[in-house]
Amino acid sequence: MSVPRFWRKQHSRYNLTGTKCETCGKYFFPPRSLCPTCRREGKIVEHNFKGTGKVVTFSIVRTASEEYDLQTPFAVAIIELDEGTRMTAQVICDIDKIHIGMPVKSTFRKITADGESGVIVYGTKFVPA
Amino acid sequence: MREVAVVGIGLTDFGEKWDTSFRDLCVEAGAKAIEDAGMDGDQIQEMFVGNMSGGRFVLQEHIGALIADYAGLATNHIPSTRTEAACASGGLAFRQAVSCIASGTQDIVIAAGVEKMTDVSGGETTDALAGAADREWEGMYGVTFPALYAMIAVDYMNKYGLTREQLAEVAVKNHYNGARNPIAQYKKEITVDAVMRSTLVADPLRLLDCSPVTDGAAAVILCSLEKAKEFTDCPVKVIASTQATDTIALHDRRDISTLDATVAAADRAFKMAKIDRKDIDLVEVHDCFTIAELCAIEDMGFCKKGEAGKLTEEGWTALGGKLPVNTSGGLKSCGHPVGATGIKQVCEVVAQLRGEAGKRQIDGAETGMTHNVGGTGATVVTNIFRRV
Repeated sequence: MSVPRFWRKQHSRYNLTGTKCETCGKYFFPPRSLCPTCRREGKIVEHNFKGTGKVVTFSIVRTASEEYDLQTPFAVAIIELDEGTRMTAQVICDIDKIHIGMPVKSTFRKITADGESGVIVYGTKFVPA
Repeated sequence: MREVAVVGIGLTDFGEKWDTSFRDLCVEAGAKAIEDAGMDGDQIQEMFVGNMSGGRFVLQEHIGALIADYAGLATNHIPSTRTEAACASGGLAFRQAVSCIASGTQDIVIAAGVEKMTDVSGGETTDALAGAADREWEGMYGVTFPALYAMIAVDYMNKYGLTREQLAEVAVKNHYNGARNPIAQYKKEITVDAVMRSTLVADPLRLLDCSPVTDGAAAVILCSLEKAKEFTDCPVKVIASTQATDTIALHDRRDISTLDATVAAADRAFKMAKIDRKDIDLVEVHDCFTIAELCAIEDMGFCKKGEAGKLTEEGWTALGGKLPVNTSGGLKSCGHPVGATGIKQVCEVVAQLRGEAGKRQIDGAETGMTHNVGGTGATVVTNIFRRV
């Protein structure tokens, strides 16, 4: 991923900052700049998520693309945050213990790196709560 | 709107085609379709080419003009358009061609699909395919395409009690059919045991749950129904062609293991065709992974949610079953050159309705359906066909 592409959403990725529509009360992570329900009637504001939630579904990646190959096997999951929105992330845990409904909390971790001298991508992963 | 018919079909062999280039694959399928329709290339008025990722797989864009050129039609200056919706790119090309004729814009149109996937490494292929999902918020966390479908499978198994063996039965059935299809990538039967022993890719999905990386192309010739008799004694009428969307990311879906875009596209198709589910004699569904076939059968409304695994185990979807599914071998055994798949499905249904499907022929098939998915269900195209 190029530096600007990562950098422009760095705030969201580092702090689990998404958005909220004040018209309908829905939360969004990844952030949306247009509420899909209210569209032009929506009023989007920033929202910092608490970072706690539960595993909705998961898998263990055994074969990854080249960038993530050294990390295999690793757990990935769809997490439902307490605010109700869902997101995809890695879960750092014993891969045999992950299960549906497992309580998790967010943590700031290295996601990947573009070679030895390239940009290091940080962001949100989850650990058992 | 005018009625539309398919009058010609053409397919290359599917597989790892080291000796054949991207453009040669597509031209071969197109030439076979024109030959099958018994027409001359100069009669083609417009072209649509489904292709997911020429840019990533062979570093080639501007696919519409490239294929028109190498097909010898660029000197006629016909309009040629590339369509893209990940693995549903071929489905889009077909639907655009149908609309083009139904609207009266053109009388004779070719719809093709092509993908050349083996010119890059396995890792690059995995990464290119991950672009079918949300690159920034799914792919960026190392989530692969098989992992997304694996998450659908985990959700499905938890809700409906599907067993790992029932999932394997989908692959076994599709390989049985593929073994009877001369163009299939894997003309080889497999056992449940072989699926269960194959390498884990993304738990619970194993290698033999996954469709392969494939080179291949497919093409069909469409024309107005009134013109169809000029070219063939057995035209196949397109009685519905529909398309639907859903959220790009799996995590934003209403229900993880229901493809609402499949539900919407299929509902529209049955309404458009004015027929019932029970009128369908066979269906080609998008089994990019074994779990996807089960979701497809249910979400198209052929059975209740959670029943497809048991029905597959009982032979309901087999060649001699109540509703044969993926007689071609599906994406699993026939192969999945992503941009070509939506057109290949049409070729299979048309061959079946004409009674030309050889060892996998469904006796007396009159009405058939196709179902083509892009991503994890963000785009779906369905079509219904009837023998005239």
